[in-house]
Amino acid sequence: MTFLDFESPIAALVEEREKLKQIELRSGVSMSDKTSEIETKIKEKQKELYSNLTTWQRIQVSRHPERPYSLFYIEFVCDSFIELFGDRHFKDDKAMVGGFGSLNGETVMFIGNQKGVNTKMRQYRNFGMANPEGYRKALRLMKLAEKFNKPIVTLIDTPGAFPGEEAEQRGQGEAIARNLFEMVNLKVPVLCIVIGEGASGGALGIGIGDKLLMLENTWYSVISPESCSSILWRSWEHKEKAANALKPTPNDLFKYKIIDGIVKEPCGGAHSNPQEMAKTLKKTIHKYLEELKAQTPEERIENRINKFSKIGVYETLQTKEEIQG
Amino acid sequence: MSWWKRIRKGVETSTSEKKEAPDGVWHQCTNCKKASLVTEMKAHAYTCPLCNHHEKIDADDYFDLIFDKSIWEEKFSNLVPVDTLEFADLKPYKQRIHEATVNSGLKEAMRVGYGKAGGENLTIAAMDFRFIGGSMGSVVGEKIAFAIDWAIENKSPLLIISKSGGARMQESAFSLMQMAKTSAKLTQLANAKLPYISLLTNPTTGGVTASFAMLGDFNIAEPGALIGFAGPRVIEETIKKKLPEGFQTSEFQLENGFLDFIVDRKQLRDKIITLLDLLKN
Repeated sequence: MTFLDFESPIAALVEEREKLKQIELRSGVSMSDKTSEIETKIKEKQKELYSNLTTWQRIQVSRHPERPYSLFYIEFVCDSFIELFGDRHFKDDKAMVGGFGSLNGETVMFIGNQKGVNTKMRQYRNFGMANPEGYRKALRLMKLAEKFNKPIVTLIDTPGAFPGEEAEQRGQGEAIARNLFEMVNLKVPVLCIVIGEGASGGALGIGIGDKLLMLENTWYSVISPESCSSILWRSWEHKEKAANALKPTPNDLFKYKIIDGIVKEPCGGAHSNPQEMAKTLKKTIHKYLEELKAQTPEERIENRINKFSKIGVYETLQTKEEIQG
Repeated sequence: MSWWKRIRKGVETSTSEKKEAPDGVWHQCTNCKKASLVTEMKAHAYTCPLCNHHEKIDADDYFDLIFDKSIWEEKFSNLVPVDTLEFADLKPYKQRIHEATVNSGLKEAMRVGYGKAGGENLTIAAMDFRFIGGSMGSVVGEKIAFAIDWAIENKSPLLIISKSGGARMQESAFSLMQMAKTSAKLTQLANAKLPYISLLTNPTTGGVTASFAMLGDFNIAEPGALIGFAGPRVIEETIKKKLPEGFQTSEFQLENGFLDFIVDRKQLRDKIITLLDLLKN
């Protein structure tokens, strides 16, 4: 188990519990009263810490190394799943996964950013940072879903689109832009869910849909707090301040009407009970897809355009003096 | 007598360049550092008569260059930014807006002009780099949305001139969503079968490249412009080596297949008119 810095009181209790278990093993004397007392304390502490997370703590939870990633959820919620590979132009991007799966008897196209579960896999998955071929693979699969009239669910979890030399040569900007444009026009329902990190254009590249949801301990912003700190404060030191300023949490974004809903996580975060999280996610996906099915393709596209057209805050000057001033 | 000799080469400055140039008469090229007459530079569409460097110019300069007889009407100039998030870094966003407004005399990083080019209606949305680095916030996105509606209503082609560091961080998720908004609105323009020319100028990066700037029916660029998604510094930090000469220039983008052509600013107006004329028949 990995504990985040703010979880140190929990870590101490867990250590205490493990010690008691050792004593129990060696001495044969039952410590169950004491251990259950500690269990209760752990739960209480978890509840206390997790009900008052700061923005920065929430970001840490979203990046927890044991947090479940796209393929875990997809395999859990689907009765059967066939993963599909490749963009048909250049190669298969391991940081972007997708395929048809069966959810409660209905076929759904799942697409997601994919991070690796251990050091070796993290490199293999390029830390969840897709190249242009990843976005083109995602678009190919979305078009496939549209052809067979199947709804699309995208799972967003990326620290950003990969900022590499070859990514630029192959048109990272164009690939993301193309997805934004094409996703608006998809005739089938599109449900987008941020399950971890939602950084900038890299996240938006699979994030245009009818509904946008976020799990409770995630973030979505125009830039990561680290990069924001480095640009605006000219140092990496101010990431916590930057995080607060960016207002990237589900609560912030719900308040500003940028997202449509927040999916509750188990107490202690998705990683503390991945199965429970996946069950909640399955119910949520089912509920939203049922709702979205009711619209005709024309209504869906019109609603999508209206939804994004409405986002933005500005002032409209009324008088001539104001305008010239 | 070696101390009399210049060891470093290139520090000799010819007398002609040493002259203090009165403002408004001489222009020193930001590339070749040579001076030329402002009138001459203007006659060259704000490019250096000596090295052809394309200087950054403002939205209204483009309007004057492209519209017939430099006659155009500004649209949607009553939209101004607000600080909903109460964002503060080293300076509060409110103060940045105020300073940008005062220093540039502009209200935002985007202006929309409407007029005729070659006798035909044309809507132009052009970015101003002097307003917070041409960054895209809500107003920039909204003005593009209005420009698209206007173009559809008036059956006019649309030209968007990009010049931007990307999305505006101080508007966080709102600015990110302008990428979605502008792309969504462009689908309406496409459905109306109206031409959209995207002109990328120096620099065009980040969220602007990753949305409307790359979505033209025709993506064209001025020579030597920096065009990319990630900035060169970020890429160098990621790959831990220096990028080759000419990386992310217009010429690089043309070679990699992301531009239709590169256009010298002196031919910009003619090329746009010819291209739109070809689509009409």
